[in-house]
Amino acid sequence: MRFGVVIFPGTWSDMDFHHVISQVLQQPVEYLWHRDTDLSRFDCLVLPGGFSYGDYLRAGAIAGRSPILAALPDFVAQGGLVLGSCNGFQILCEAGLLPGTLVRNDCLQFRCQWTHVTVEQTDSPFTRGLRRGQALKMPIAHGEGRYHADAATLRALKEQNQIVFRYTTETGEVTAAANPNGSVWNIAGVCNEDGTVLGLMPHPERASETSVGSTDGLLMFHSLLGSLVENGSVLGR
Amino acid sequence: MTGAEPPEPKVTPDLALAHGLTREEYDRIIRLLGRDPTYAELGLFSALWSEHCSYKSSRVFLRRLPTRAPHVLQGPGENAGVVDLGGGLALAMKIESHNHPSFIEPFQGAATGVGGILRDIFTMGARPFALLNSLRFGAPDDPVTRYVFGGVVAGIAHYGNCFGCPTVGGEVAFAPEYARNPLVNVLCLGLVPRGRIFRARADGVGNTLVYVGAKTGRDGIHGATMASEAFDGTSEERRPTVQVGDPFTEKLLLEACLEAMATGAVVGIQDMGAAGLACSASEMPARARTGAEIDLDRVPQRELDMTPYEILLSESQERMLLVVERGREAEVRRIFAKWELDAVQIGRVTADGLLRARMHGEVVAEVPVRALTDEAPVYERPRARPGWLDHERAFDPRSLPEPGDAGAVLLRLLAAPTIASKSAIWRQYDHMVGINTLVLPGSDAAVLRVKGTRKAVAVATDGNGRYGYLDPFQGGALAVAEAARNVVCAGGRPLAVTDCLNFGSPERPEIMWQFAEAVDGIAEACRALGIPVVGGNVSFYNETLGRAILPTPIVGVVGLLEDAERRTTQWFKEPGDVVVLLGEPAGRLGGSEYLATLHGRVSGPLAPLDLDRERAVQAACLAAIEAGWVRSAHDCAEGGLAVTLAECCVTGPRRLGAEVTLDARDRLDELLFGEAPSRIVVSVPPAEQARLARILREWAVPMTVLGRVGGDRLTIAVGDTLGVALDVDAMAAAFDGGLSQSLEGPSGPQSEGQA
Repeated sequence: MRFGVVIFPGTWSDMDFHHVISQVLQQPVEYLWHRDTDLSRFDCLVLPGGFSYGDYLRAGAIAGRSPILAALPDFVAQGGLVLGSCNGFQILCEAGLLPGTLVRNDCLQFRCQWTHVTVEQTDSPFTRGLRRGQALKMPIAHGEGRYHADAATLRALKEQNQIVFRYTTETGEVTAAANPNGSVWNIAGVCNEDGTVLGLMPHPERASETSVGSTDGLLMFHSLLGSLVENGSVLGR
Repeated sequence: MTGAEPPEPKVTPDLALAHGLTREEYDRIIRLLGRDPTYAELGLFSALWSEHCSYKSSRVFLRRLPTRAPHVLQGPGENAGVVDLGGGLALAMKIESHNHPSFIEPFQGAATGVGGILRDIFTMGARPFALLNSLRFGAPDDPVTRYVFGGVVAGIAHYGNCFGCPTVGGEVAFAPEYARNPLVNVLCLGLVPRGRIFRARADGVGNTLVYVGAKTGRDGIHGATMASEAFDGTSEERRPTVQVGDPFTEKLLLEACLEAMATGAVVGIQDMGAAGLACSASEMPARARTGAEIDLDRVPQRELDMTPYEILLSESQERMLLVVERGREAEVRRIFAKWELDAVQIGRVTADGLLRARMHGEVVAEVPVRALTDEAPVYERPRARPGWLDHERAFDPRSLPEPGDAGAVLLRLLAAPTIASKSAIWRQYDHMVGINTLVLPGSDAAVLRVKGTRKAVAVATDGNGRYGYLDPFQGGALAVAEAARNVVCAGGRPLAVTDCLNFGSPERPEIMWQFAEAVDGIAEACRALGIPVVGGNVSFYNETLGRAILPTPIVGVVGLLEDAERRTTQWFKEPGDVVVLLGEPAGRLGGSEYLATLHGRVSGPLAPLDLDRERAVQAACLAAIEAGWVRSAHDCAEGGLAVTLAECCVTGPRRLGAEVTLDARDRLDELLFGEAPSRIVVSVPPAEQARLARILREWAVPMTVLGRVGGDRLTIAVGDTLGVALDVDAMAAAFDGGLSQSLEGPSGPQSEGQA
């Protein structure tokens, strides 16, 4: 699968995603500058974490209006996949490609810590190979990660199965203590109606190697690559 | 730039004094120039000859530090030190202080401290990959402390997180002596290929000087001078001297600079930090024995009618000065244009050894660069041993009553803000970006992998102001010993030191004496442990209204793990493991956290430091770790043995108790809470105990088997009595909650809200 990692001014998880995709997953991957609009050679685009434009104005607000974002709807309509992590998620919401918005953590501080998120749906290419209720250990690092949407949007998300990840305990319980930022319904990640655009606040690229404490972040990629069996464990290669 | 700038004042001796120069220095300037200086030239000298830039009071003593070793690729003298990691890779490292700005404006003061040290690293061609910070604040119940603390932590988080370099470790301590003089020392590491190290030299007459980065404004003018003076009651008025940081711009600057450096068109580069353009435009040619000619009209400005003085001395952040090979300017400009940063040719390298600045076609400053740098005054100020020192050392802690309940004392120490968990602080820092952090904050040293190799780097900072107060020589040596010991506990072989020396006014003989002693102590420990000093920083004038901070030398040590898999953390791992103490069990209460927290005293004799023993303990611990079966290793520091054991129980993801037995000594408090160097607590599987004993015998290191890991309590039996019996959960509660309780509880009686 051909991956593209998008760099905005101020992005810094680009190198981390590139490392995981090329060294760990051994897939072809290129960097894209935010002004590039020719996306035809990619299957999946990654919008990584960072502080694009310094998070000035609002996190993701300026990047959400970049040329490359304008090219995304066509890319997606033609079958392209998009993964947005952290600032990437914020950017996708600002660009209107995902519903809802990310605002300041309820503790009013930046938080860097490990969390567990539980898989809520397995219809998206990113989650098809996972198991409903499977808990993934991935870290967060953000000051504006509280997911918010109005009542009508939340209802629609629920009905259309667009809630993908929720913060939980290690055993999958949705509790306030497990919610690091006050997100409504403990929502950590959502997708578009077709499940081809996924945004999540956690950093899967930081949970892709045993040496750093978790490889659960790889599972979404393995799901994309079709290398998982349905119970969420990795096929031996 | 319109010619409508206000006329410059006439230069008089009084004006020179107002600029922080002495009468002798002013006379010297006139002799050097052969005439009176212009106003802009006065500004240049005042900034470049300030203590912060010139090190005039410290250079004489810093020469005593050992700086050479085969693996040192760059020692002191450039913007950062560089050491060889082997395999074609090198590590740039530096620690810097931003103390005075952090009191005046805590958020921006700390933020720009981070910004400055990041630039010092990437100006060497190295991509920053780790930050640490060593902080000192006043008593936690003082409202001013709470305000300063909150601002500093938020500022560090803001800059480091936005820039995208992980903040992976450091230390925080509280003592009333830092109340109006907080310490903010920031350390940065960066990786660079051996052959791609850049230096801050203006080589090649005719080459172009290119200004890159943010526009210049009026912020921070005389920041360097402000850092070279003690505070009086008017500190509030100095807020305009604090710079304002923009980490987003710095991130763009990093990427653009690294891209430009990769083209081969960049001959030299320096960041514009303290004393801004004045500093880089004089230091770079001074190092290369060339000169620089600059056209101030061409400097990008974000305010109207800036004078030459202001343009030269502005400390606006996120700016660099590049020396670009003549003819290749367009390549460099294109790269900066992509990153939407200014890149403007402002001058060229000349052969005449002068810094010549022009504005509106007229020469406004023309000074030999060496006069501003190498020929700055060097002072050997008077030193005098303080009269109160013998009295302080003579205090006998044994004259104090022993505590009735050692367990209660242990809980109190675990909750003391200097000892308690700092997780409420470091969870505000992104400590994972870069995916290199193998050992996160919360252990003795941070460990970062070096991608593409099997290696890892361990790094720690340490420095105890109480020890510096009671014995500055020892304090300096102990800072080196402890930082190196922490690195060893993580499995790293110490490679090099960067030091930050925080002291009061050098114009006071007893402070100067403390400084000289501390430098000598650092030098001796570095020689004994075989680790060179590759760079560092001196911060003087940390005092307010005549009251100085505790003399606080802070040392950062970097170590190398040939195999990242050998990294070790400080907490117990498995029930049944044997707990062993390397080194002498006995500690002393003089200068201890116990004495300060329970009795409010900083006095008494320190435990002696035997550097041969220290070297042996470190070598033995490292040999055991490299053999592969050490489960945990923890340096024995503030709070003594009991606190060390408690931390081994509660700081890991899995809390484990332990059963420990100690031989009785004279006093229980000395045994449990006494402090001494050269002690490490390790835990090993029972099957390896004999091998550990063999290694310790080889190194002639005393070995005391303390007990076993297991259960959900820490019990310390002393002879026949049970000295401590505490639930692990109770210890964890004290440790985890101590800091926030100290900072958020009710204010103490001396809370007056004076800034």
